[in-house]
Amino acid sequence: MDILTSEFFQRALIGGLLIGVTAPLLGLFLVLRRLSMIGDTLAHVSIAGVALGFLIGVYPIAVGLVFALAASFAIEKLRKAYKTYAELSIAIIMSGGVALASFLFTLGKGFNMTVTSYMFGSIYTLNNTDLIVIGVVTVVVLVLIRLHVKELFLLTFDEEAAAVNGLPVRYYNLMMSVLTALVISASIKIVGALLVSALLTIPAACSLVAARSFRQSVFTVVLVAEVAVIAGLLIAGVWNLAPGGTIVLLLIAILLLLLVGRVRFRISG
Amino acid sequence: MPEPYVIDREQTKPIVNTCHADIITLKDVAFSYQSQQVIDKLSFSVQQRDFVGLIGSNGAGKTTLLRMIVGLLKPASGSISLFGTPASQFKDWHRIGYVPQKNSFNPLFPATVREVIMSGLYGRNKLFRRLTKADQIKADEAMHAMNIEDLALKKIGQLSGGQQQRVFLARALINNPELLILDEPTVGIDTETQAGFFHLIKHMHQHHRMTFLMVSHDMDMIQGYLGDKPARECGKLKFYVRHSHDLEDCGETNISHSLKNLRQVLEREKEGVTSWTS
Ligand SMILES: [Zn+2]
Ligand SMILES: [Zn+2]
Repeated sequence: MDILTSEFFQRALIGGLLIGVTAPLLGLFLVLRRLSMIGDTLAHVSIAGVALGFLIGVYPIAVGLVFALAASFAIEKLRKAYKTYAELSIAIIMSGGVALASFLFTLGKGFNMTVTSYMFGSIYTLNNTDLIVIGVVTVVVLVLIRLHVKELFLLTFDEEAAAVNGLPVRYYNLMMSVLTALVISASIKIVGALLVSALLTIPAACSLVAARSFRQSVFTVVLVAEVAVIAGLLIAGVWNLAPGGTIVLLLIAILLLLLVGRVRFRISG
Repeated sequence: MPEPYVIDREQTKPIVNTCHADIITLKDVAFSYQSQQVIDKLSFSVQQRDFVGLIGSNGAGKTTLLRMIVGLLKPASGSISLFGTPASQFKDWHRIGYVPQKNSFNPLFPATVREVIMSGLYGRNKLFRRLTKADQIKADEAMHAMNIEDLALKKIGQLSGGQQQRVFLARALINNPELLILDEPTVGIDTETQAGFFHLIKHMHQHHRMTFLMVSHDMDMIQGYLGDKPARECGKLKFYVRHSHDLEDCGETNISHSLKNLRQVLEREKEGVTSWTS
């Protein structure tokens, strides 16, 4: 139990709590716009950035962010070129990111171990710089979403109606791309690039089952993510398990419980 | 019913009757999908308090034209003005309500009817503003007018096609727009509800300061209200026009002529009522 009072665990908890708010919020908008694969793609691309960061000796999360931003702009561009095949552009960028990452791995063989920690997460190695970055990202995301939540709702529900209402749709799409890139690069050290999309999409999947309004779904995603993050970190800490994996398995467990609960409810009701 | 006023809208002739200002002005508008010319050299104007019915065969460019007017498509050539302002510089989108033919939202989308209707208010002039009590009342009135108050807390995806159509109509009405653009608003709705709906929009045309541009395939309704002869034809597009100078009131209340009164008035007029209350 000593682990729970240790400094690195408390840093992990703070980082987890912050990401547990922002990741599922952005994920909700992405999932509702049928762009759930974007999270995964940006995470893979930002791993290439992390690898480059180690290679050239620059703060890896920052380089990962630059890569994620570039990828999200590229996706937006490709999305326009292949209008009805948004997933095609996502697949192209994703494989490009993985290819680049593996290329960079082979260039700098020495740091393979450290990059692996970004693949599967290494929440216990969060340092103060990481926490500050995550904190700033959280504030930026929360302020912008709070200011624009009703416009984002309309944009997500019906992009054409948003355009007809005179909303600057292009800027909103740009804003969401930037925020998603920010959140993903800030969270890969916590849950890992391979698992970050789970934190984006599974809470949203839960809200599709449980929430009866958009307002409710906003609260549902944050609640589900926070429960999974806190419980996951505690369980992983006490039994010495992988934190990222534990969080994701808990998320899936919550989703399954909700699905079963709904079936039960349907049968009895 | 008074006779319709101007029904001759040939662009070559100067408009004789300038009693009301132009709301939509199309000049030599052309549009093509790839090599297929859909609309060519279309000039037409919609004046305030017009009811314009737009009829045409499949592929005539009806929906394309509406989408150009609301800014979702750009004409290949020619110009479109809204309320006297070139469409590219137009900012007052809250003055226009638009109900597309089909709304392709995800049926699982977690949004209530009320949330969807409120979203009609979210335009430029609501940026950075919180929703007020007055906004909530507007939503109540729009739902009341469409007789969907009971559905307010239902998820939009759980509604029938006809109910959804009323929701999107309520969303378009919530701003009390001066121009309402409707694309086949009654497709998939039973005939009784259709009758009630047409009665409603006729009432709004005659007694509210509302201008209509409606695509329809219902010749009976169009010709019954707008006359047998199109005011203008362009390619396969036919425009039927009725201009109204009826008093802008509903009988009892001259002041605060809001949607709130609408249903009571409709019920008093005892026409097409049953379908709205069913
Ligand atoms: Zn007039
Ligand atoms: Zn009235």
